[in-house]
Amino acid sequence: METPIVRHIPATAVTRTTRARVVSLLGPTTVASGLIWGILQPWRLTLLHPRGQGLWWLLIEPPLLVAVAGVIFALVVARPLLTDLEAHDASPR
Amino acid sequence: MLPHAEMVHWGFAAGILLVGLCLLCEAIVGPEVWRMRPWRKYLWPGIAFGLGVCLWPVMAFFTNSSIHMYAHGSWAEVLMLAGGAELGLVHGRLKSPLWRLTWPLAFAVTGIAFIVHEQNPWFFARSAFLHHLLGWTFLVGAVIPLALVWRPRSTVLQAGFALTIVAVSVMLFADRDVAPVFGHLSQLAGPQHR
Repeated sequence: METPIVRHIPATAVTRTTRARVVSLLGPTTVASGLIWGILQPWRLTLLHPRGQGLWWLLIEPPLLVAVAGVIFALVVARPLLTDLEAHDASPR
Repeated sequence: MLPHAEMVHWGFAAGILLVGLCLLCEAIVGPEVWRMRPWRKYLWPGIAFGLGVCLWPVMAFFTNSSIHMYAHGSWAEVLMLAGGAELGLVHGRLKSPLWRLTWPLAFAVTGIAFIVHEQNPWFFARSAFLHHLLGWTFLVGAVIPLALVWRPRSTVLQAGFALTIVAVSVMLFADRDVAPVFGHLSQLAGPQHR
């Protein structure tokens, strides 16, 4: 008796999926790092207490910079890269 | 109305973090996928070159002493050189892989400049500690881009290069103008703020 629904999945496919997962996690992990930093050290976020702060203190807030870098990376770099990675993995060799 | 020095460090840390994340992605997916879109291959070398350009105003406006001017100026030069060489390589104008020697050169010069221009001991304040740590990280880390010249497709070396850059970014984000490090703050450093 044959079991046609069972098929062999090449090991490389699993590796590629892992690669895609890691790439897709880099941006959110960076954003989460910035947010956690902001929660742990809220005095670094001058937006939470803007009265009396100078321009630079309002513009440059390290936890926000980390989060913004993560958002930019996720939207501009990771998202199109994942599309390309999936297209590359799906293409016949 | 200039920003505090620590803010400049944080701004550069954000740019360096982006470079590190891009390098990490390239190490994970490989150069073939990374270069599927033409603009992407110019991305991190372009940011690196841009950071080098941005170091010139830092040299001009944050010159506390001659040694600071030499340090910031030399960083600007080597970062522009390494970023520019990488741009030339990915574009195809430069052919010889030996141009990648500009990266270990940039790391070594940056490391020496960090260590030389920080004249206070490690536990003087957090900024002194981080300057020493950054200097030694760059000096020791220069081995990785040096090895990449001869093993450019090594995933381990590429990931190591990327993680070194990310670590530098974390150190720069941790910088403060006057703050203690592990409970140490010299009385000569002045009053702590924030």
